Amino acid sequence: MSATAVHSLWTTAAGPIDKIQAPDIEYAQLAPVLIVVGAAVVGLLVEAFMPRKARYHAQVFLTVLAIVASFAAVLGLAEAGYGTTKVRIAAMGAIAIDGPTLFLQGTILLASLVAVFTFAERKLDPETHGTKIDSFVAQAAAVPGSENEKQAVKAGFTTTEVYPLTLFAIAGLLVFPAANDLLTLFISLEVFSLPLYLLCALARRKRLMSQEAAVKYFLLGAFSSAFLLFGIALMYGYAGSVAYARIADVVDGSIRTIDPVLADTMGNDALLLIGSAMILMGLLFKVGAVPFHMWTPDVYQGAPTPVTGFMAAATKVAAFGALLRLLYVVLPGMSWDWRPVMWGITIATMLGGAIVAITQTDIKRLLAYSSIAHAGFILAGVIAVTPEGVSSVLFYLGAYSFVTIGAFAVVTLVRDAGGEATHLSKWAGLGRRSPLVAAVFAVFLLAFAGIPLTSGFSGKFAVFKAAAEGGAGALVVVGVISSAIAAFFYIRVIVLMFFSEPKADGPTVAVPSVMTKMAIGMGVVVTVVLGVAPQYFLNLASQAGVFVR
Amino acid sequence: MSPVNYLYLAALLFTIGATGVLLRRNAIVVFMCIELMLNACNLALVAFSRMHGNLDGQIIAFFTMVVAAAEVVVGLAIIVSLFRSRHSASVDDASLMKL
Repeated sequence: MSATAVHSLWTTAAGPIDKIQAPDIEYAQLAPVLIVVGAAVVGLLVEAFMPRKARYHAQVFLTVLAIVASFAAVLGLAEAGYGTTKVRIAAMGAIAIDGPTLFLQGTILLASLVAVFTFAERKLDPETHGTKIDSFVAQAAAVPGSENEKQAVKAGFTTTEVYPLTLFAIAGLLVFPAANDLLTLFISLEVFSLPLYLLCALARRKRLMSQEAAVKYFLLGAFSSAFLLFGIALMYGYAGSVAYARIADVVDGSIRTIDPVLADTMGNDALLLIGSAMILMGLLFKVGAVPFHMWTPDVYQGAPTPVTGFMAAATKVAAFGALLRLLYVVLPGMSWDWRPVMWGITIATMLGGAIVAITQTDIKRLLAYSSIAHAGFILAGVIAVTPEGVSSVLFYLGAYSFVTIGAFAVVTLVRDAGGEATHLSKWAGLGRRSPLVAAVFAVFLLAFAGIPLTSGFSGKFAVFKAAAEGGAGALVVVGVISSAIAAFFYIRVIVLMFFSEPKADGPTVAVPSVMTKMAIGMGVVVTVVLGVAPQYFLNLASQAGVFVR
Repeated sequence: MSPVNYLYLAALLFTIGATGVLLRRNAIVVFMCIELMLNACNLALVAFSRMHGNLDGQIIAFFTMVVAAAEVVVGLAIIVSLFRSRHSASVDDASLMKL
């Protein structure tokens, strides 16, 4: 290789090296994330230095405080106009502060707050050895059924590490929909995934199942993130940059061979197509869309139920945010290429989720397949490629996440000797034994089914309307058909609860503390309010529906 | 040598890793194959960085190494806890939740 071909970057500079510019960070606009990360670090210190007895209260207080403070920061930013008139790209191009970011961050924080209430529930099981117990294992390192585990339970250990882990996960989730370059996208994905893998393994009951769920989630999650990273590498190769705006310029051809070193790769469509397909694969895995959904039922079933609710709501919101930004900011120039693919995935997701759910006998698996079908409905809005598409997806995500957390919170209440009674046959006659709980669950199921006067109906209506106007009429027909299929198994559960005789050895319904009551109550309120009077929130979502570039 | 050859090598390594994930049954070996895929990504990033003459790709490679290290910490903890309760790290044995 001749000397002239060597880039100047790899040779020693003859003159003095230029001063490195210090990065310019907008701390105020990043406050929602920084508050949560700071609280997570303080939470680790609490674990290290506080006496065991005091940790639970300190951690719950700290976590709730951090989430509320972060939500206040999001509201402050929205109030100051960062969602509408003052949209900007912060942190040297890494984070986009715009309407979708703030709307999704607010949704994630509210959903996380409700989820943390269910994490902190300690009244579902009777006290053992004088300590209250929650849904999490006494000591994760102790082998299930061993002498070690018995001693840990007897000593009254609890895994209060779940709270800092949750805060780290929330921090990653907050950055994920705001990521404005591919590196930030990848890192935030890992930041929220790694704590979730651990949280899945920490169930107090049915620990073998919980560990199995964690291994499956971890191996498949790491596999999919490797695909995402290789896609990022190819995309970087194609565009010579990982910044969204820069890649978008190269994709839609608005800059042509300004940089001669890029001439080789910029013309290479294989890099672009394979790279974007692999990145989409990584995001669709997190969303739980059909060819990449295989982990969902197992992980949702095995993980501790409060964690399942948190994952089902917050992860889905963040992943759809990242998917929207990628498709609408980076790849609009090749929407002719990705729309047919997404059509196929959407149809498969809607029909696949709804049809397989019919055969399920476990309530958590049933809700998992229902969440797959809902991912399909949301994807129908993503395909619209219009501003209405964005705002309908934002609205649907907000409506859906509270219904999901509420439904999983109800699942934690129905218990027998082995912990939660998740088999559907045990739910027979629940409406006679405990009318209130069954009625609340019926409201959530009706919202999942999309019956009018629930949030599910307004959400589905908005998404399908946007899809039809965006030229995806056939998709709406498939969506309505799969809604009808899905309605069948939701109604079947309602019929099972209200119109069959309770069994003699059926489960009991635990009376929860005020925490779970608040979580379920918030779910019901949001479901009804967004169903009866959705207009204010639809307006909010449509104000927030413009991406900065 | 042209840096394009390194891209072919990276694609080859990635494919070997992905095939290993799908075919091997031991959770540890599956995990090692995932690490191989991440390293293939690193190689591709560094090769592209060399072709483009900017440093972005090399910096991402550093981030990838840190992420891989964090993944090892979390992943081994989960796999070891599964191994200790089942005395097996086979991904086929972990089938409590099959339909």
